[in-house]
Amino acid sequence: MTLVLAGCGSASPADAPSNRADGSTARPNGTVTVLAAASLTEAFDKIARDFERSHPGTTVRLSFGGSSALATQVINGAPADVLATADLATMRRVAEADGGTRLAQQPTIFATNRLQIAVPPDNPGRVAGLAHFARPELRLAVCAPQVPCGRAAAEAFRRAGVIPRPDTYGPDVKAVLTLVRTGEVDAGLVYLTDVCAAGDAVRGLDLPEATSPVHDYPIAVLADAPNPTAARAFVDHVHSAAGRQRLTEACFEVP
Amino acid sequence: MTRFTVAHGRVTRPPLALATPALLGLAFLVVPLVGLLLRAPWGSFLAELRAPAVWAALRLSLVCATLATGLSLVVGVPLAWLLARAAVPGKALVRALVTVPLVLPPVVGGVALLLVLGRRGLVGQWLDQWFGISLPFTTSAVVLAETFVAMPFLVLSVEGALRAVDRRYEEAAATLGASAWTTFRRVTFPMVAPSVGAGALLAWARAIGEFGATITFAGNFPGTTQTMPLAVYIALETNPDAAIVLSLLLLAVSVAVLVGLRDRWMLAP
Repeated sequence: MTLVLAGCGSASPADAPSNRADGSTARPNGTVTVLAAASLTEAFDKIARDFERSHPGTTVRLSFGGSSALATQVINGAPADVLATADLATMRRVAEADGGTRLAQQPTIFATNRLQIAVPPDNPGRVAGLAHFARPELRLAVCAPQVPCGRAAAEAFRRAGVIPRPDTYGPDVKAVLTLVRTGEVDAGLVYLTDVCAAGDAVRGLDLPEATSPVHDYPIAVLADAPNPTAARAFVDHVHSAAGRQRLTEACFEVP
Repeated sequence: MTRFTVAHGRVTRPPLALATPALLGLAFLVVPLVGLLLRAPWGSFLAELRAPAVWAALRLSLVCATLATGLSLVVGVPLAWLLARAAVPGKALVRALVTVPLVLPPVVGGVALLLVLGRRGLVGQWLDQWFGISLPFTTSAVVLAETFVAMPFLVLSVEGALRAVDRRYEEAAATLGASAWTTFRRVTFPMVAPSVGAGALLAWARAIGEFGATITFAGNFPGTTQTMPLAVYIALETNPDAAIVLSLLLLAVSVAVLVGLRDRWMLAP
């Protein structure tokens, strides 16, 4: 269930025996601060509530943001316990920072996601596939190529052989979704989970499997975690049946 | 101007009770800038500046902030006059409404603009249907977003000046037969001109740094809507060094403009 992330955290002080012993004997208590990718908002809100209920005395503080922004915060020493990002590259950047001392453990993959085309419910642009993203007369939004969803979009367009002509590059995936929700664009490329979270406000169109890369979501306890015991318990909870259930409800696929 | 001088022309020595907090305040404002300067990748500075997108973003920032300031002047000065002079019912409420963009998080301002002027917005849908005008994702949208957040600065500073002006000059002009418009043009406006200049500079400075409303309402596309703050934010995702270089460039240009105009406009007799 917990896949090892190749090339990550090899030099981390990760599984120091003392830590391990603490994690299994001490009862988690107090506040655990979790930095999570924006696309995890709905699922982690529920997972955090479940965790607080099953671990009385704990409080989960969630901070959602773009994965890259979160990684920058961690690298610059933001006091947090757990980091969950929307792609491997960002987690790797954290794992390799400061000579590999930022993570307390090997990151593990807890969910996967894929792209979907989001259109307003009435699909005013009659968008049917990725090829429509090349049409200049349509109003289109994709993520900026610097953020994970933008890199994913670029990869999908490359595989489909489409040169997209968007009207705007969203700074994160929720920004693109908002434009679809408000009907400002005819289509946007977002994650399946975003379409899921938007309910009836948008319609999702599947990409052909061949053009749709699958995205791994890694999670790890940070080396400087103020509350390592609760942090480990939280990561375990994300991997548990209850955690997987919540992730599935939010349309993530769980490994 | 007087500049720390008293009637005898001697320079006053500021009392310690004022000087200490003043210097603390100054340090608080300047230290983050020092942080940027220290972290700046001076070795690759020129290389970062060679990207054509940088100059497109800088030009767009300057053009849009200037247009937004112009728009603010055209409607903001009359609005300030209305608030200071005219008998408007519920004036306190109107004045509070003018400050709404100041307290509103800019992103929310952007969403509000989208809900009104967007393709399916209250006004936007008619603009689209009747005239084929669609504002989001255009440079005009950048100007509107910047005007929305910047104009209150101008209105408040001009209104304050108008209320401080000695009304007897205006009354004298009226007694001599000048119409209300002539009085405003020939008497009132020249007296508050320095404050109009100061307000315009404040508005310009606010517009040039505008981020939230712009990225929400106007989007982010290089060349048409990607101003410097947007370029900085996006660069921060992958290339923090480039982001620092862009910030410093924007800062240098803005400070040069502000210092250059400040002496000319605000210290005018």
